[in-house]
Parts: sequence; structure tokens; C-alpha cells
Amino acid sequence: MSETKKTDTVAEAAVPKQASAPEERDVLLKVEGLTKHFPIKKGILQRQVGAVKAVDGIDFEVRKGETLGVVGESGCGKSTMGRVITRLQDPTGGRITFEGRDITRLSTGQMRPLRRDIQMIFQDPYGSLNPRHTIGSIVSAPFRLQGVEPEGGVKKEVQRLLELVGLSPEHYNRYPHEFSGGQRQRIGIARALALKPKLVVADEPVSALDVSIQAQVVNLMDDLQQELGLTYVIIAHDLSVVRHVSDRIAVMYLGKIVELADRTSLYESPMHPYTKALMSAVPVPDTKRRGQKNERILLRGDVPSPIAPPSGCRFHTRCWKATQICKTTEPQLVELKPGQRVACHHPENFADQAPQDTVLLSAAKKASELVPDAADGSAEEASVAEKAPVTEKKPEPEKASDAEKKPVAEKASEPEKASEAEEVTLAEEVAAEEAAAAEEAGEKTGPGAKTSTGKPSTGKPSTGKAAPEAAEPAEPAEEPAAPAAEADAPAEEPEAAAEETDRQAGTDSQESTDK
Amino acid sequence: MTELSKTGAAVGEPTSGRQAPEAFLEVRDLKVHFPTDDGVVKSVDGLSFSLEKGRTLAIVGESGSGKSVTSQAIMGLHRLGTRGKNVRMSGEIWLDGQELVSASPDEVRKLRGREMAMIFQDPLSAMHPYYKVGDQIVEAYRVHHKVSKKVARARAIEMLDRVGIPEPAKRVDGYPHEFSGGMRQRAMIAMALVNNPELLIADEPTTALDVTVQAQILDLIRDLQKEFGSAVIMITHDLGVVAEIADDVLVMYGGRCVERGSAGEVFEQPQHPYTWGLLGSMPRIDRETSERLIPVKGSPPSLINVPSGCAFHPRCPYADVPKGNVTRTVRPELEQVSTGHWSACHLSAEDRERIWTEEIAPKL
Repeated sequence: MSETKKTDTVAEAAVPKQASAPEERDVLLKVEGLTKHFPIKKGILQRQVGAVKAVDGIDFEVRKGETLGVVGESGCGKSTMGRVITRLQDPTGGRITFEGRDITRLSTGQMRPLRRDIQMIFQDPYGSLNPRHTIGSIVSAPFRLQGVEPEGGVKKEVQRLLELVGLSPEHYNRYPHEFSGGQRQRIGIARALALKPKLVVADEPVSALDVSIQAQVVNLMDDLQQELGLTYVIIAHDLSVVRHVSDRIAVMYLGKIVELADRTSLYESPMHPYTKALMSAVPVPDTKRRGQKNERILLRGDVPSPIAPPSGCRFHTRCWKATQICKTTEPQLVELKPGQRVACHHPENFADQAPQDTVLLSAAKKASELVPDAADGSAEEASVAEKAPVTEKKPEPEKASDAEKKPVAEKASEPEKASEAEEVTLAEEVAAEEAAAAEEAGEKTGPGAKTSTGKPSTGKPSTGKAAPEAAEPAEPAEEPAAPAAEADAPAEEPEAAAEETDRQAGTDSQESTDK
Repeated sequence: MTELSKTGAAVGEPTSGRQAPEAFLEVRDLKVHFPTDDGVVKSVDGLSFSLEKGRTLAIVGESGSGKSVTSQAIMGLHRLGTRGKNVRMSGEIWLDGQELVSASPDEVRKLRGREMAMIFQDPLSAMHPYYKVGDQIVEAYRVHHKVSKKVARARAIEMLDRVGIPEPAKRVDGYPHEFSGGMRQRAMIAMALVNNPELLIADEPTTALDVTVQAQILDLIRDLQKEFGSAVIMITHDLGVVAEIADDVLVMYGGRCVERGSAGEVFEQPQHPYTWGLLGSMPRIDRETSERLIPVKGSPPSLINVPSGCAFHPRCPYADVPKGNVTRTVRPELEQVSTGHWSACHLSAEDRERIWTEEIAPKL
């Protein structure tokens, strides 16, 4: 009786725990606020003068049995992230929890038993295998190091592994140079799987391989996941590969995760502008789509240096939607839709997070000229329409942004027939002329000169662009910190401001260039 | 020039005989063999194609299929210095009415850089790390033009500006290591185009770059081609890039052409099982995620012991479809499938049609 009661209470005690626990228990690896800075030292004393902020505060978790893909341009810190979560490099800050255990500060010795559970597949199949060791000794190394004696002996187990990854067991005594790239990558995979790990971090596992071989390795990893119940973190720059293998995908930019979502949401309705730009840049093996080039967003320039990343949102220097707030306030990674976390003030395919902020930054203006995107424009309109009821208080700024996008769309549809070469040169000319005009305005104080050179050069979009240009100097004046004021007051604001600019163009633009 | 490009018959079967062809670039039965201690490496073994000005030909294939060797043969790079002793070349390469295989090294040197130029895969190793980027462009210009350094420098700045490098007047004095990957590739394109060459060979120009930068570079190449009306040979293994930029496609396998035709034909009605394999093994961003990719089994063949018969037969899932042992004994020749579309395969037209429509196309 007492015993049953005891078990009852135990069960009772256990129930609530379990109810809340499953999610927690599903999580295999949890990363909170992870940072990795590489110090830059100078001088005789080797004083630290700065740091390469390779990974700068990222949070995510990996659930059991899933594949998390990590994408981003080179230099965005994805490989460093992979090395830090496997503790091949020590994190500067943050917390890594593996199966509920904090492994952030474990020593090498303490980490060793865990190496069984966390394995890594490296990018370069040529550099990651010791050329002086036979395949047998390479693949059996994990057993030796961990002191594991598999059933039936090490050699038999290694040969089984070689077969598992599609190699012949006779390869046991061969050396790495006798194998092709794809075969070597298989050897690397066999080694990583030797101890039946729970988590495999694969850093660009297929990027060094030919397409046909790439498909073999992708399929192999897929099969092994199903057979052995593996959890993968796959780091890659190839978006089509990542899409193929991943359940959820994290998009990184300059050491931060900008978007984290399940595969379908991310590829069908990307929210972060950077994700959208990345997607649109992927070449598609379909000649029919060639006519639809215009939907491509061309990012200008390169990723900024991680030594001194841009303030606020790190993407604002290349973003065509960037406004003042992007420069000053860093957007947090928040869950906007179930399962889709985004760090952006003005996400795509969703309500604007900072609708009161309509002043485009100069980078955005330049970029918007380079986005010859009729489809995008209409999508924008759709999203604006969708937003309208949500943000009813502030319809005016919406309109402004809408209006300023339209000319871009119009402009894009017009020269569609014309060659893209012309379009680009046109945009470049415009940019060049603007720059020249800005310089001129900076040197001379004559206000008339600026308007005459600056405005007509932009041609058609000039009317649309007048609004944001006008608003730029107007905004700081009317307290950017108090968006509530926007509710009714700015009804005529943009238009009035536009007219105002026309009158006081000289002084206004003077301010903007000074800024 | 424009008339030629309008005809668009860039991939006709080359005419035989040692006379200057009408096409701007014509390669006839090109063979490039390298004798080594282990045997003769037949990198290119009987390749023919032609190309008109204003058109883009993409050469596709796995590593070791002879793509790069072909381009280097056209540029005459195999015959430089001591390397010339270790290569056996035969066949004909006609560039604008001039034969290059039999031409003297001096003649080829006059053409190299001026008539034909090349963009390499890795701009960091293709540029000299000790010299300023501008000086390297100036050198390329002054080799072919008798102009002062000042004029050449102005030209270098103009070219850097044209390829979209910001502040070209400042960057002209920069060293290659001061440029980012995309910038370096732009600088190399500027260097290649400084003499307005009529043939531009781009050997995997975007493989080392991120997708965003790749898009920029492809756009740039396309724009410049329109501007200068040059013929472009794009060597790549990325079918996405091919679909984006190419007019014509040539698929290479084991040193030979296995399929060639217009980009539309090759992507919509591919004829060779190897092309099917390439298309099937590519994960695509535009389609539903199918459960699995369809890889080509096995690995690329050794170029020393190219498999007998059809070089692709050990990897071909349909090698046993044609009757007898023909795929293992007889090397298939290029046959015209439709106008301008050629394929080298023993499968009968009906079999190909059936396999493509029933087995391959639905899975892509």
C-alpha cells in the first residue's frame, strides 16, 4: 500500500516534469550568446589592439535527429562556429550545453570522453587525412584514443565502417593518396562515425567534390542519418545543398544569425533581406528562367570586416531597405512566425517591425536603384496591403515607402527589354552623378547648383525619391525617439516635406550631405 | 560581327580539311596528350567545336574531363618554356582565320592577351603578389600597345572602373592581397579585357566565390560581352551557371565531347546518360525537395587507361540496354540528334527518348 502510494507520488512528481521536459529533452545541443573573438596583437608588448569578431553572440539549439544547416558568405563565421561548438576552439563567451551539460569550460581532459558523442567532418578531404597513415589506422584511431574495443575486433569494425560508407574493406591497408576526393571524404565520414556519435558537425562536407560525387556523399549522409539516428550540423555555402539536406536552416551574416527557420519557410518566404538576396543569387539549372533575371537582387560590394562590424544591424551597409533605425539599433532575433526567427527591423513577407522609420540610408537608396525588380515591387505592395490593417495608426509612412518603391518597380519594368548592361551602366552613372553632385554641394555652398545637377540626373525616380530625401533631414528634427507622434501628425508629412524640399532644396540637401 | 552572331549556328559540325573555316573559333579533332612515366595521359582526345563572336559556349564536365586542358591548348599555354617538351598536340585550332597548333610560339604570343585572353579560377595565384594590381594591368596593355606608361595607367584605371572597382584611381596602386576575392576576380577580368580581346576564356571564374559575388561577376561578364561583342568560353562544373550565361553547351567526359548543343536543347532534351547524371545529381533550389539525389555512380575515369568502348560505360546505368557488347567495345561517335544538337551514345533514339521521359525527367 505504502509502496504503491510512493510510486504514485513519484509518478505525480514526475508527470509535470515530463510535461514540460520533452522540448528540453529533445534539444541535443544548445548554444546561448556564443562569442568567439580572435585578438589582434601589435607591437613589442603584443598588446591587444582589436579583435576579429568571428562569432559575435549567437543562440540556437539543435534537436535530436534533425539536421541544422548553417549558411552564409565566406567570412561570416560559420566555420568558426562549427569549431567552437565542437570545442576545437575555446569560445570567448556564451554557453554551450550538450545533452543538458554545460561544456563551455571543460578542459581538454574533461572533453575527451565527450568526443565520442561529438564528431566532425572536415571540408578538405586532402588536408584532413594524414598521408603517412593507412586508411586502417586512420579509421581505427578513434577506437585507440577512446580505448574502445568493438565487438569482433577493431579491424573487423573498421572494415564494416568502410563498407558502410561505400568503400571496399580491402582498402584497409592503402594510403590516402591512392583515393580520389570523393573516396577520401567517405574515409573522413567513416572516421567520424566510428564511435557512433550523437552529433556530427560537418564543415562544408561536399564543397570540394564534383557534382556527381557530391550527390553520392549527400545521399550517403542522408542514409547514415536514418540508419544510425544521427544529428547533423551541416555548414555550407551552397544554398541548394543546404536546402536539400537540412530540416532547419540558420543564415549567418558577420558573426550573427540573421534568420533561423525551418527549410520550407525559409526558402518559400524568407524574411530577412539578406536571406532573400542570397536565395535570389543562386543560379538555377533551367534555361527557361533566364528571361526572369529581374527577380534577382544584386548585393553590392563585399561583407564588411568583422574587425569593425557596422553599427546597428550589420547588414545595413548593403541592405536596400535600411533606414535610420538599422544604423543605430541592433535588431534582436525574434520569433515572428512559429518556427521562424528573424533579426530585422523591416522583414520581408511580414509586418514591418519599425514602420515609423522610413528614412532610407544612402546604401539603401543606391541598392534600390540596383534592384530592377518588378516582381519584388508587387510583392512589396502586397505586403503593404497586408500590413495596412495591422499598423493602421501609421499608414502614412507606409505609403511613403510604397510610393518610393513604385518608381523603382516602374523603372525596372521599362528597361526590361533593354539590355542589362545598359541598366547597370545607367545605375552606375546615376550613382556617380549623385556622388559628384554631393561632392559639389559639399564644396560649394550655392544651393542652386546641387538641385540642378542632382535631381535631373536621376530621371524618372527623382519624383519618388524626393520624399525620402526630404524626409531624411526632417526626421531627426522631429524626435526619432518618439514614434508615437507619428500616429496622426505625419499625415501630410512626406508630401509636405517633399514640397518643402523643392523650395528649400539647397539647405536641406546641404544638411543631408553634411551628415 | 553582329551578322555572324545572329546566325547563331555556333555548334555546327566543323568542316574538315586544312582551310580556314568561316567560324570565328574552330577546333578540329584536337588531341592533347601528356606522356608520363605511368603512360600517356590523354587529357583531350579528339575534340571539335566552333564558336562565333558574341556567343557564349559553356564547357561542362567533372574534374579531369579535359575542360581546362582544352582552354589552355587554345591559349597555347602548354607550349611555354620547358613544358612544351612534355606535351603532344595534334589537330587544328583556328582563331579568326589563323591556325594556332602549327603556329610558332612568337605568333601565338602576339595573339595571346590581344586576340584571346583568359580569366583563371583562383585570382590570388593568377596575379603576382609582388606587383601592384595596376602595374600588372599596365604590363598586359603595353605588351601589345606602344604607349607611354602614363597612358597605359589611365587605361588601367578606366578598366578597373569599368569592372566596378570603387575608387579605381586609388586601388590601381593596391596589391592583390589588399583586394577581396570578388575584387580580385574583377581586377583579373579588367586585366584580361584591357586589350579588348575577341575571345575570352573563363576557367571556373566563380567557383571560388560566394553566390552573391558570383552573381555580380556573371553579370559583369555578360555585360562586358555585350559591350565588346567577344566570344566567351565558360568552363565550369556548375550547371546553374551554365543555364544562366551560356548560349551553347559542350559536355565533356574522359577527354571527349559526349554531348553538345544549344543550352535550351541540352537542358530540356538532354541526350546523353552522363548529362542526365549531372542534372540528376544537382540539388536544385527551384524545385520541390525530392527525397534523394540521383548521383552518377563510381568516379571519373583515369585518363591513362580510358575505358574501352564508350568511356562512360562503367558508370552508365544503361550500358546494357544496347544489344551485344557494343558499349564496351566500340567508341560511339558524335551523331546529330536534331539541328545543332549532337550526342555520342550507343542508345537508340527511341531508347533515349523513353528513358528520358519515363525515368529521368520525372525525377528531376
